Amino acid sequence: MEDVCSINNLVRCLLDGGMDAGLANFITLLLGVVLVAALPLVTVIFLIWVERKVAARVQDRIGPNRVGPFGLLQSVADALKLLTKEDITPMGADKFIYNLAPIIAFASIVLIWAVIPFTPLHIGADLSIGILYFMAVGSIATVKVMVAGWSSNNKYALLGAFRTIAQLLSYEVPLVLALIVPVMLAGTMSMQAMTVAQQGMWFIFMAPVAAVIFFIANLAEVGRAPFDLLEAESEIIAGYNIEYSGFKFGMFMAGEFMHAFTVCVLMAVIFLGGWSGPFVHEVPLLGFVYLGLKTAFVYIIMLVLRSTVPRVRIDQLMAFNWKFLVPISIVNLLLTAFLLYIVRALGLAPAPNQATDFVANLPQTIVLFVGNLALVGVIVSMIRSQGRRQRLADEARLAESETEEPALPAGVPAGD
Amino acid sequence: MAVLNEWAFIGVFFAVAWVFPVLPILGARILAPHKPNPLKQSTYECGVETVGDTWVQFKVQYYIYGLVFLVFDVEIVLLFPWALAYNQLDLFAFGAGFLFIFLLADALIYAWRKGALEWL
Repeated sequence: MEDVCSINNLVRCLLDGGMDAGLANFITLLLGVVLVAALPLVTVIFLIWVERKVAARVQDRIGPNRVGPFGLLQSVADALKLLTKEDITPMGADKFIYNLAPIIAFASIVLIWAVIPFTPLHIGADLSIGILYFMAVGSIATVKVMVAGWSSNNKYALLGAFRTIAQLLSYEVPLVLALIVPVMLAGTMSMQAMTVAQQGMWFIFMAPVAAVIFFIANLAEVGRAPFDLLEAESEIIAGYNIEYSGFKFGMFMAGEFMHAFTVCVLMAVIFLGGWSGPFVHEVPLLGFVYLGLKTAFVYIIMLVLRSTVPRVRIDQLMAFNWKFLVPISIVNLLLTAFLLYIVRALGLAPAPNQATDFVANLPQTIVLFVGNLALVGVIVSMIRSQGRRQRLADEARLAESETEEPALPAGVPAGD
Repeated sequence: MAVLNEWAFIGVFFAVAWVFPVLPILGARILAPHKPNPLKQSTYECGVETVGDTWVQFKVQYYIYGLVFLVFDVEIVLLFPWALAYNQLDLFAFGAGFLFIFLLADALIYAWRKGALEWL
């Protein structure tokens, strides 16, 4: 474990300076923690600007451009304004958990960053169960919705919380089922080892269906369009955080922006190879750039989706999850397991010493990719035949109602 | 020792992650004005007076989704060790995993047929 993290060098420096060993360790630990935890805080200020700019461009506007160069300081101004806004606690609210909810909202997202590998040498904590940690900590987001909705003493907040929890719980199933596939491919649950396993071939080529399911389920988990039912303004005015004002509301918003970005980072780490790229072992800090570029790519897709796709209805949302995503992720899991077994039986898997070699990974990637393509083909043909059946039934019903009901009398304009 | 260090990191991280959102909220308490009045503090319902209790009974639908979720999540946790060791498993363990996933799918089909997945 020599030189796993450059902060380790700090311990040696401090010890050489004649500091107590325990104290030196603790200072290093605290410094590392604050560094990793501050990273999402700094990025979120920038992210809100990016999000507003992209949405503005899609809608043919300019977006924030007054405060600072290119409007870059807009988010800082917004944060300062929120700080000076009155914080209103509604009558009848359960004070303690009402105040706790925004803190949970923010902390639960920051916690995910502890296991994200930034470069070959820099990671907060390389837990052997990194993926499980992400799932466990990510689920705290559900608790914040429950707590905020219940304690606000507001019917809209409670309704919004019910819906949101139903949505978050449901989409966690395909999310986790899709995550089993990369775990199976990598044979590890540590985030760092998973990135290392992708040096030969990114998992998005080995398991494209799982990657797409992971992305869609994450869109729903962070409540982004087309799954933004938790903030459906026209129906439940803002959902679970309606009664919050001032900086507590700001915490919810910042937490949401950060969550959206965090799942993009995770998508990049788990399916797009994380920090892996050319020359990354010679210059470890390049890994940070590669990870940033891959994350930006996923994030821009998410933003464009947000500003182009309309919101779905709640029944469509649930049906899409339970009757489409969950069955597909189960079939995808079985298929991947089967194909991996075939690959092993035919001896197509790369030898352990060639695991990071692109060419050695090619045969098994081709087998898995073709298998995934076949699955997509079957799904598409099933959707088409389902659509055709639906259309025929609709036409039959329409023809029936036309023969039964008399046509509108002449002179009455036909309404639509 | 290395493993212990990783978890020490997580422990300190938990503490720091809770401090970060608390600080600005406390800061806002100092900076922001505080002039409450009954109208301001009343429940926000687009200007209409709220009627009755907020904490009402809710639809059984949500419980059913919760139950289906619970079944899946527990079984998925059992699937992770299988996936983790997949590359070293023999044909028997492979078949066992398949059987387990089939049971999972069976539960889904049962819930589907019973109409638990319809939004009412």
